[in-house]
Amino acid sequence: MGKITLNLISGRSIQQGVAMEGGKEKPLYTKACGIIEMDSSDLKKLGIWKNSNVRVTSSYGNVVVKAIETTQGPHPGVGFIPMGPWANSVVNPNTYSTGMPTFKGTPVEVEPAMNEPIFDSVELVQKKCRGEI
Amino acid sequence: MTKSMTDVICPFCGTLCDDLEISLSDDGKKILDVYNACAIGAEKFLHSQAKDRITRPRLQQADGTWKEISYDEAAEYAAQMLSKAKKPIMYGWSSTNCEAQSVGHEIAEMVGACVDNTAAVCHGTTLIAVQDIGLPSCTLGEIKNRADRVIFWGCNPAHAHPRHMSRYSWVPRGFFTGKGHKSRKLVVVDPRVTDTAKLADIHLQIEQGRDYELLNALRVALNEEWLPDTVAGIPKEKIREVAEVLKSGRFGIIFFGMGVTQTLSKNHNIDEAIALTKHLNEFTKYSIMPMRGHYNVTGSGEVLAWQFGFPYSVDLTRGFARYNPGDTSTIDLLSRGEADAVFVIASDPGAHFPISCVRQISKLPSVCIDPHMTPTAGVCKLHVPVAFVGVETGGNAYRMDNVPIDMRKVVDAPEGMLTDEEFLTKIRDRVKKLKGAA
Repeated sequence: MGKITLNLISGRSIQQGVAMEGGKEKPLYTKACGIIEMDSSDLKKLGIWKNSNVRVTSSYGNVVVKAIETTQGPHPGVGFIPMGPWANSVVNPNTYSTGMPTFKGTPVEVEPAMNEPIFDSVELVQKKCRGEI
Repeated sequence: MTKSMTDVICPFCGTLCDDLEISLSDDGKKILDVYNACAIGAEKFLHSQAKDRITRPRLQQADGTWKEISYDEAAEYAAQMLSKAKKPIMYGWSSTNCEAQSVGHEIAEMVGACVDNTAAVCHGTTLIAVQDIGLPSCTLGEIKNRADRVIFWGCNPAHAHPRHMSRYSWVPRGFFTGKGHKSRKLVVVDPRVTDTAKLADIHLQIEQGRDYELLNALRVALNEEWLPDTVAGIPKEKIREVAEVLKSGRFGIIFFGMGVTQTLSKNHNIDEAIALTKHLNEFTKYSIMPMRGHYNVTGSGEVLAWQFGFPYSVDLTRGFARYNPGDTSTIDLLSRGEADAVFVIASDPGAHFPISCVRQISKLPSVCIDPHMTPTAGVCKLHVPVAFVGVETGGNAYRMDNVPIDMRKVVDAPEGMLTDEEFLTKIRDRVKKLKGAA
């Protein structure tokens, strides 16, 4: 087990949409968005089972999410976290004078974090804002 | 027997489906089921019936607990906050109707706020590109009836606009497209093999972030000039093949989404996509359309544009409208720490802004108007739940092709709850008094 580097993108998934409308404080939203979709070859490189927790770190922050095998692949080298506070904990906020953060194409490191918790959306944002995590 | 209501408009995405059927309880007060909607739209209607719904405004206390207050007290709080602030941000507007947006803009003008909608993190860069070189577009009806070449570039309607392909762009049998999807060629450009890409005749699995290069290479291929062996991970033979497919259609449409607006080249990607559309018009007829996300983000742009001249990121702090994305845009105002109050309505920056910006919101006086409990509500000082627009109140919304559609009220909001428009009107009247305008 070690670390691998991925190119992170984020975006809508239908599960994210349904869970969002069902309530962002509910467990279903965490299940839909507190994940990183990884190619099976990348899971192998990282040396972890699918559905285990990982820490995703970029120059802008880090977050613990569940690594799942991609549903819309193959896309080796690319990681996908559905849009939401988990993705936004690590994306590049620079707008380069366009007003738009660079949500897609953030280089991230992924490492196993088996025993670390995945927080729900409200808790995650509150803890991040208070500087607790 | 249950009652049923037909031709209901779905307030979720920019496709603004207008054919929903809703079955109601005998007294017409409860939604029992939703037909014709996608999974997301159905969930939106059904969630409005949740038993644990928050129905009164609440102030967040220092220990994180909530104290319930009345709508009048909430309006007073918001009015005071906005009146005292030197550079308040009024952000959101995309999940409410145009009527509410208009009242909100009156407030913004009086208090000198920076008004911005969710295009800031969605199609803002598209709007910049449109101002650069224009947008040859059409309506979704024309696409249904005419388009025989459909390109989804950096968008995944199977997930984000679930009924778009079945209602307008791929499946339906139109006047000149009698064989439905068999009369269309579908090209998808995406770094992942998305569920949309799986349906495509041609999927270009582009190297992430290389959209500009590939768009440009397609233009080179149209001119039949020299190309390197691969561009953006796509072999030149494939690019030439796609260029031929695009050229050979009678009517083509390029839909594009966050894959091009949010990658590094941003508005330049879209400049090039529009230039490709223009270029294709030398051979046949082509149009291009942004896949707008929120059901009324287009409407917010329209209302802002006819009232102030600009579609988003409008700065009214100097008493007249200024527009300069990168300077007057919400993300940049928050990143630079320039704003001194945040007023959020009908959107969730807490979930959808980079965390550094959310942290900034949490440090400022803040109000969040949203029917749901959201991460934004979790970091704001005041949370005001309101009626669901499109479910518990009607109003006007603009579809992604700029067609205005009147939404329908399906059921009453829980007793005593206000709509966005009613609550904003309360704030407006209070601000008028505070500013001595009335």
